[in-house]
Amino acid sequence: MTFFDVTQSLFGGFALTCLIFVFTLVVAIPLGMVIAFGLMSKFKPLKYLLKVFVWIIRGIPLMLQIFIVYFAPGILNDGVNFWNEVDKWFYFNFGVDAGGAFIAVLISFIINYACYFAVIFKGGIEGISRGQNEAGLVLGMTKRQIFRHIVLFQVIKKITPPMSNEIITLVKDTALANSIGVVETILAAKNFATTFPPLIWPIFYSGVFYLVFVGLLTLLFGFLEKKMAFYKE
Amino acid sequence: MAYLEVNGIRKSFGKTEVLKGIDFSLEQGEVLAIIGSSGSGKTTLLRCLNFLEFADEGTISLNDDLLYDGVSEAAAKKKLKNNDKLLRKKRLHFGLVFQQFNLFPHKNVLGNLLLAPTLMAKEDLSFKQRLHFEKSQEFASLKERALATLDRVGLLEKKDFYPCQLSGGQQQRVAIARALVMNPDILCFDEPTSALDPELTGEVLKVIRELKDSDTTMIVVTHEMEFARDVADKVIYMANGVIEEAGTPEEVFGRPQSEKTKSFLASRKNL
Ligand SMILES: Nc1ncnc2c1ncn2[C@@H]1O[C@H](COP(=O)(O)OP(=O)(O)OP(=O)(O)O)[C@@H](O)[C@H]1O
Ligand SMILES: [Mg+2]
Repeated sequence: MTFFDVTQSLFGGFALTCLIFVFTLVVAIPLGMVIAFGLMSKFKPLKYLLKVFVWIIRGIPLMLQIFIVYFAPGILNDGVNFWNEVDKWFYFNFGVDAGGAFIAVLISFIINYACYFAVIFKGGIEGISRGQNEAGLVLGMTKRQIFRHIVLFQVIKKITPPMSNEIITLVKDTALANSIGVVETILAAKNFATTFPPLIWPIFYSGVFYLVFVGLLTLLFGFLEKKMAFYKE
Repeated sequence: MAYLEVNGIRKSFGKTEVLKGIDFSLEQGEVLAIIGSSGSGKTTLLRCLNFLEFADEGTISLNDDLLYDGVSEAAAKKKLKNNDKLLRKKRLHFGLVFQQFNLFPHKNVLGNLLLAPTLMAKEDLSFKQRLHFEKSQEFASLKERALATLDRVGLLEKKDFYPCQLSGGQQQRVAIARALVMNPDILCFDEPTSALDPELTGEVLKVIRELKDSDTTMIVVTHEMEFARDVADKVIYMANGVIEEAGTPEEVFGRPQSEKTKSFLASRKNL
């Protein structure tokens, strides 16, 4: 095994890491907004239902949620894993392994992160004082205009720090995908350590991928925060 | 009929009745000062005039035009909420300056003044016209009006500053200018100087005095008795949701009739 082989294999895993990361963000952010509005809804049943749901999702480990999404459909089918069928479908059509597991991972991540984001969004929106809304109203603005031109930017500024934390956590959480056999970066590295003769250093090497990724994100968020620092409350 | 006629305004929050039938009238160019102890319902009254709250009962008429009638309260409330455009139009008869300024922190001073009128002007335009609105004649005159208003409150040179870069007194003057740009018929103030350090109240009161000199019709809730005395044409003393005493400043401050008014004024003197 050469350095080149290891690098190639780790990049293969890293591609999956990135896919999970991107898909999760792209779907969980809008979904989180919908949940946030639901949590603030005046329609009590919806509000409390979502409250309980968010509490459960945030209260149990993401790994358990992955297992539930992956294994629970088997209850209906004598324990035969539904996702294995999807695996096969992916294999025949695209020649890739563990396609079903990958979808199951995406579903778990999206639901989990949407709930975390929803709580951040809700806090951000509620953190804008009632006075801002009223100032807009007495100037004859519509609720929509107030949200778009007064509330939104202030919310974005407010939630950027907690969102950066959450997004950086997401980068590292993607590693949980290997619990149901998705060969992301860490599993790709670990596979070298469990063959004969074992290679230990790829495990350290895989850390570099995360450090670079997280480093770039940190720079990006730092830049955004600076851009929005032109005013204080 | 007077310019502004307010009759029988009642408002409850749950079981507590906060306004128990408020009547007053005001002529164009007059200044009404509302005084009263904490919790007497002054803010609630202003909020009813600005339709931030909807009175349960009572009427509000301006210029012989019935703006609000709480008798058909349920129906009126529904109508007002749903018919947003009508409600917004009614709101614009009144301006409101808040105790806490409530400037938009992410907009600079000029941006604070221009936001609402710009959005309103754009509403009737096509998508293409909206894109180029900033180059239009209409925007130019809007901007000119905003700058002139800033000059009126003495803050022209601060037009590019953000609210966080201004003192409290300056922020409140921006808030006054922001309300003025909408050309309200009546400008309301809710304790405009209560959130300010004592040395900053003067500049805000001066602006209100100047507005009076240019015949702006105003309703000012204030704890500044001296100011109320020499600026107001009419004074209302509120206690527990009713008007305990009303009249000219000479009447209310000079020869108060009600015992409550007397003891309130006495307690104010000792401050
Ligand atoms: N949205 C609300 N819900 C319930 N009670 C309210 C609400 N707004 C005001 N109140 C109550 O109504 C009463 C009058 O309040 P209001 O703010 O109008 O008094 P105020 O005269 O402006 O007092 P202050 O001088 O302290 O500003 C208070 O007892 C207050 O607790
Ligand atoms: Mg008040």
